Amino acid sequence: MTLFVRRNLPFLLIFAMGAVAPFLFPDISNEIAVLWLMILFASTWDILGGQMGYNSLGNIFFFGAGMYICAVVQIGLYYDVGMYTSGARTTHIVFTNAQYFTGFALGTLAGGVGAAVLAVAAGFILFGLRGPYFAIGTLGLAIAAAELISSWEWVGAASGISMPVFPGAPETQKLFFYFLLFALAFVLLIFLRWLYSTNFGIALNAIRDDEEKAEAMGLHTRRYKRTAWAISAAFLGVSGAIFANMTGFIEPRDIAFPTTTFNLYMVVMVLLGGKGTLWGPVVGAVIFHTLKEVTWTYFLGWQYVALGLLIVVTIVYFQQGVVGWLMEKYPRRFLPRGTQQPDQRAIGLAPQPEGAE
Amino acid sequence: MSEPIIELHDVSKAYGGVIANRAVSLTVERGSITGLIGPNGSGKTTLFNSIVGYHPINSGSIRFDGREISQLRVQEIARLGLLRTFQTTRIYGKMDCMHNMLISIPHRKARYFDMFARERPEVVERAEQLLAFVGLYEKRFLRAGSLSFGQQKLLEFAMALMNEPTVLLLDEPTAGINPTLINGLLDRLKRANAEFGITLFIIEHNMRVIMNTASKIYCMAHGELLAEGPPAEIQRDRRVIEAYLGEH
Repeated sequence: MTLFVRRNLPFLLIFAMGAVAPFLFPDISNEIAVLWLMILFASTWDILGGQMGYNSLGNIFFFGAGMYICAVVQIGLYYDVGMYTSGARTTHIVFTNAQYFTGFALGTLAGGVGAAVLAVAAGFILFGLRGPYFAIGTLGLAIAAAELISSWEWVGAASGISMPVFPGAPETQKLFFYFLLFALAFVLLIFLRWLYSTNFGIALNAIRDDEEKAEAMGLHTRRYKRTAWAISAAFLGVSGAIFANMTGFIEPRDIAFPTTTFNLYMVVMVLLGGKGTLWGPVVGAVIFHTLKEVTWTYFLGWQYVALGLLIVVTIVYFQQGVVGWLMEKYPRRFLPRGTQQPDQRAIGLAPQPEGAE
Repeated sequence: MSEPIIELHDVSKAYGGVIANRAVSLTVERGSITGLIGPNGSGKTTLFNSIVGYHPINSGSIRFDGREISQLRVQEIARLGLLRTFQTTRIYGKMDCMHNMLISIPHRKARYFDMFARERPEVVERAEQLLAFVGLYEKRFLRAGSLSFGQQKLLEFAMALMNEPTVLLLDEPTAGINPTLINGLLDRLKRANAEFGITLFIIEHNMRVIMNTASKIYCMAHGELLAEGPPAEIQRDRRVIEAYLGEH
């Protein structure tokens, strides 16, 4: 039992903090809910950007796609979507309890699955690009989606969709969505810890270090790349579906596909925390989100200056991130399992064994 | 015994107007160690790249184990059991040696959900044995990128063995290696051939190495095959000497 506690200590702490936070700090429970969303953003971005070495600037596409797929399913189950979006401004359309929750559950599921399918499809085209070309290509995907949705009347075009109203008191609504985002982020972290401990994690690192070598060794590199992006997209799609219902209103440019805010935050949070590690994105998300909320509250008007400064400083001077810096400073604490008390030879101070140079 | 495993027939490859390989035909016999020599720029590495599917060839045919492979992609050929190492050593620099080995398992039978498997104990054991075989066991938890160039070469060789190939193409295995270590490497090449039954096809500039290991040697010059035969014969061949030293 103690071994279980020691091995899972970070998860137990997060679980405890996440569970009590909305009751301890009810005034900022919405901000904490968004923090879980930020952790979802950073950790899903890191699957490709950190572990696999593919810097995507278009992951927000899957967040927005999940939103819109969910909205269409949620509404389309009971009403005609075109009628709903055009009539929303003049008539108040009511969903019963059962309608709301069935629609929400199915919509969220569809959002996750749909986003994953879109990732596989996009991967067929975009994984032909490497390095900065991949970054620009994916950015194009997100911008194109925003433009496309903005001119598509059926889903409300640029004026967006008012989501079905949550059938319950505002306090219940707050807690409901808080715990959904918290649960999703928690599941993601447990899932990623498992994923990075399998061959999949090693293969992603191999692709990051030398993709051509991985191909020459017979790795199914395309299969790994597509699956990795689909996993990332599925979680983003589900979080988009939840966030859409949390805010109650979606529109393409600033909420569903915000290429200059959420989309960039993903990258900055991962760099700030330390890319290619399980906890780096989490640390980065916490620091970034806290800083953002503090500047918003106390230095209103200067918040974008502060954020911009943070981004520049992180990218120019602090690319290894907090966790990366800790790993450089205290390498012994990060040794692989089973080598916790290494002798000097494992550190590389011993005389060279015969046969090795 | 003398059954061909690789057969090249009239293979030609041009980069724009530069002809790198012109109608090269050769065979590598199963279980043998075959050498490929030639002056710099004679088209040896281009030929290796053609064999492993790194770039398409202009004409000719390449057969591996009786199967035409000139239209296949790099990964597919690697999964058939035809593997190459690189002239400039390539390993996964930010991963430790053990992970470098573990991801080098053969992927020919890998199905979709094998991606999410964990390494089995016997695979870990085999990785450790092979690291011991090349003398890197003590360094198995070090980052591969922190090893010296020679050690990286040995690691790359161990990774190739981990993949259980039928044929291994080695592009200058001793280049950049400390001369005192060359004997150790030579010994390991021979043992890999004898004990694991891996056919070796080696590009090499070190004449002492290649003459002592290969049973048959091909010599290239200006993209064409110049001479072939056992080492003793090649050493005496006037055309080979001229290609290396220039005509008098």
